[in-house]
Formats: sequence, structure tokens, C-alpha cells
Amino acid sequence: MGSTNSTLSRIPNVEELMQETGFTPAHIVRLYDRFEALDKEKTGHLRPQDFGAINRLAMNPIGDRIIGSFFSTGQETVDFHSFVRILAHFRPADKNRPKDPSMPQPVNSRTSKLKFAFQLYDQDKDGKISRAELLQVLRSMLEMQVTEEQLESIADRTIQEADLDKDDAISFEEFRKSLEKVNIDHKMSIRFLR
Amino acid sequence: MYISHLWEWQCLCCCINLVPLSPPSLPPSLPPSGIIAKELSSLEQEIQELRASGTTLSSEPEFEMADIMYFCRRGMESIVDDEVTKRFSAQELESWNLLTRSNYNARHISLRLSVLWGLGLFIRYGFLLPLRVTLAASGIGLLVVLTTIVGFLPSGWLRTYLSEKIHLMSYRICVRSLTAIITYHNRYCRPTKCICVANHTTPIDVIILANDGCYSMVGQIHGGLIGVVQRAMVKSSPHIWFERSEVKDRHLVAKRLSNHVADKTKHPILIFPEGTCINNTSVMMFKKGSFEIGCTVYPVAIKYDPRFGDAFWNSSKFGMVNYLLRMMSSWAVVCSVWYLPPMSREEGEDAVQFANRVKAAIATQGGLVDLLWDGGLKRGKVKNTFKEEQQKLYSKVIYWIGSLKVISITMNYSETM
Repeated sequence: MGSTNSTLSRIPNVEELMQETGFTPAHIVRLYDRFEALDKEKTGHLRPQDFGAINRLAMNPIGDRIIGSFFSTGQETVDFHSFVRILAHFRPADKNRPKDPSMPQPVNSRTSKLKFAFQLYDQDKDGKISRAELLQVLRSMLEMQVTEEQLESIADRTIQEADLDKDDAISFEEFRKSLEKVNIDHKMSIRFLR
Repeated sequence: MYISHLWEWQCLCCCINLVPLSPPSLPPSLPPSGIIAKELSSLEQEIQELRASGTTLSSEPEFEMADIMYFCRRGMESIVDDEVTKRFSAQELESWNLLTRSNYNARHISLRLSVLWGLGLFIRYGFLLPLRVTLAASGIGLLVVLTTIVGFLPSGWLRTYLSEKIHLMSYRICVRSLTAIITYHNRYCRPTKCICVANHTTPIDVIILANDGCYSMVGQIHGGLIGVVQRAMVKSSPHIWFERSEVKDRHLVAKRLSNHVADKTKHPILIFPEGTCINNTSVMMFKKGSFEIGCTVYPVAIKYDPRFGDAFWNSSKFGMVNYLLRMMSSWAVVCSVWYLPPMSREEGEDAVQFANRVKAAIATQGGLVDLLWDGGLKRGKVKNTFKEEQQKLYSKVIYWIGSLKVISITMNYSETM
């Protein structure tokens, strides 16, 4: 007995990881088992194909983008630490955290979650969602259900509503403003059991 | 174009009022499994919530930047824990049943518990296991020897009668060797002819069912001990064993099955349409082959109680011998078998719809989740049509929300007039 401890000891730098992400040891162990289950070739790294094997993800209209968010630019594999760090964005926000602007934002704060959602749109990472990028997302979500003109009109309207400095693109601040009434913590959180 | 949207949202409204939109919820008897608490709300509900303070007025589709969050969250949830992969590993229990193998989070809890566990270990391996192995060996031995002897008799009433008795006796011994405590429900519906289908969890399913009646088995000829048993069984009663090469030929398979079924004197064929072992929390897609034969189908639901021992055979993790040893060193195999009333294919129903109907009946009776996924997904990938369905649903929702807003504005306007 004591397999939790034995699993934890197999993961390098696990203390640091828990500190950074706020996951409990039980969560880390579960995530590690899930990581190993996805890593069929037992290489210790995940590649895009390993994510692609998850059926519900393959069925998701923005599945490819979600997979892409795990891999930082130029990287072809993701190790366990990066895997956990990305998933940490979806931990419910800690209600009791003192709001100290000088401290760096924890990875599951409202701002970090917004940043994550922003990056799903902003694939070229230039800090703005251009019309073309918005169209790409709309295309993935709606594909053959609407015509190209309808997609363009939706994109135009969205930019019109959100773009405050009229540069025909949506910056992070404009994005944040247009979503200020949305309960981000509820929508972008996964409740981990135990 | 506006009129068609209007009509569409009206239909949607009616449907939504009549039919609950949320996906089928788990029956209360199932323990919570998985590492995250999944929201059971549907796409419609969630997108609506994201619209809490919408102010735009147009009959165009209502897209919001926040909509991506729904898909993002669902995607992440499936990365952490998904419905299908979960079905191919053993079910987790709420409270520990003193078998280390069932304990996911095994850690030292207390001395008393460890002592109990140690005692349990001694009883299971020192006492129960040797007893059971002896019984199993005698059961199989008797089956092989006696069926071979009966095989020498000429075909006729005596031979059929003796072979039935021998089969039943051997299966009963085997059942005792596993300490299987089986409760049969609705025995008046027990299959006596045609085809019997059941959900598949383990090769032991065969013994559980054959304990109560005589069936003809269908399967591939194996080498080794199982091959010997198979060859012996077929000497005294008709079973359908295929050579490895014949399995691919679907017409040959269908033909042999129909021939067997056509002969009224033969026993019902036992088929497991899922094609693979699933972990007994759900029923996966039934392969349509057995439903095309055109015969009455007798569905049977088998549900194992996981508290006494996990019956699921994870073929990628354990071989057969390892599995049997685990089975024989568990506390017991406790299961319930429900015989369901026979079903036939209705007019205008094709094999796939019929298969789904039977599957739903088995899932409801056994308290299992009815999944539309294919058991073959253990090894394969999902089709593109599922993604299109998601897209279709999303587009309907955003149109509906847009149109709904216009109608409410119009109604408000006309009221004030």
C-alpha cells in the first residue's frame, strides 16, 4: 500500500509543480495516470496524435486548437509538467486569495483564463485577434452549416461590437471588456474530484 | 429566409418543451467514477447562459466571443477523463473491498485495516484458491471426457439428452469453482430457440448463462486447452466454431448461423454483439451481423456486482490464465442475469435500428449506460460525422437565440401599441 507516494516519487520536481499549479498530490497522481494512459508508446512525452486518439476531442469543432494549446511554438512533444501546467488553467479560482497586484497572477485566475481563451483565437500570437483569425474560428465552429457570406457578416458584427479603438482587430483589453459580464470562473473551470 | 428561420425555431421550441435537452443521466445506483465532476448541461443551456446580458437585436445568428469557452472546457474535460477510454479499464469503487487490485488510491489507512486485509489475503490464496482450482480442473476434465464418450453414440434422442445433462453438470461445477452467486430474473423468458444476445464483460459470461440452459456457442477455434475443450464440446452437441480464415467471410458466418437457426431442434445461439469485453458500466455499439439473420432475438442483461471482485477482463493487461487466477482469488463473482422478452425486427426497421433497440433494452434493464460508441474504438478512431453533428447543433442554437430575441422584441413592441 502507499501507491500514491510511490507514484509521486516517480515524478521529478513534483513539489515545485504542486506549488506552481495548486494541485493536490491526489490530483497529480490522477493526472499522471491519465498522462501515462494517453502516452501509449511510453516515451514520457505526448504528441498531437496521442491527443487525437481521444474520441470526444476529435469530435470537438475546435479540437485541433485545444491540442495546439498544449504545444508551445516549435515544440513537437509535451512532457508531464507542461501538461499539468496547461490543465492548471482550468482549476476553479481560489476564492480566498488576497488581491495583491504586485504578486504574479496565479495560473487559474480570471485573467489567466481569459488569456488562455484569447490565445485560442490569436494563433499567430501577435496580441490581437484579426478578422482573418476570427473567421478561422467561426469556420471551425460552423463549417458547412452556414455560407461564407454569413460567416463574414458574423465576423464583421463581432469586431464592430468589440473593437473600441477601431483598428479592425480585437486586442486583449477589448476582449476582456466584451466578456466582463461572463462568469469566466464557472465557464472555464473543471471541478476535480478528491 | 426569415420565415424558414421562424419555422425552425418554432419546431425547436416545441421539441425543447416536450423533450428534456440534457443527455441521459446516470441511474442512481452507479457510483461516481472518473476524476472530474462533469456538468450534465447541454450545449443549448450553456450557450444561453453565456448570453446572460445580450443586447443586440438582429435576426442574424447570435455569435458571442465567449462561445468558444464551452467547446474549450468540454475539450479539456475529455482530455482529463473521457467516456470511452474509461470503459476499457476496471470500474472504480467508492469504498474498498479489501482487494488491493481494486484500490486505485492504495495507501496505508490504519493498522486494523491492514490486518483485515492480510487475513483476507490468507483466506483467499491459502484456502479458497486451491479449492477452486481443483473444482475447475475437475469440471473441465469431466466435460472433455464425457462429451467425447457421448460423441460415440449415434445421433438421436439419447445422445441429445445425455449431452445436455453433461454440459449443465460441467457448467455448474465451473460456476461453483468461481463461487459465482447468480440471480436469474424472469426465467420464463429464458431463450429456448433462435438467438440470444447479451452484453459482454468477460469470457465467464458464457459459463454464467450456460449454467441455466443449453446454448450453442459461436466463436473462433483456439489452440491449446481451449481448443481441446471446444473440439470435445462439438462432438456431442452442435456448436459453431470458425477457423481463423473463415471469420473474415461475413457471408459464410451469416449462412452458418442461419442454417443453425433454421433447424428447430438445435439450441439457441449465444452471441455477444459488442465484439469485445467492456467493463460492465455501459453497453457499447452492437454489431449488426447477428441482427440481420431475421430471427427472434432474446436479449439478456448481465450485471456483475463489483464489490466482490472485478469480473472485467482487460485483455490488454492480463492474459487468460492470469485473469482466471484473479477471478478465483477474489471473494466471489456475484451477478444478476435478467432475461428479457423476445424482440423481433419490425416493419421498416433496418438491422442497425433493431440492434440499437435491443441494446437500449439491455442497458435499461441492467442499469448500464447506453453508449453509441463502437467497442472497436478500443483500437480505432472516431468518424467525422460526429464533429459535423456538434457543428450543426451549435449553428441551430445561435440561430435560435437570434430569432428568439427578434420575436420577443416584436411582441413587446406590439403590446405597447
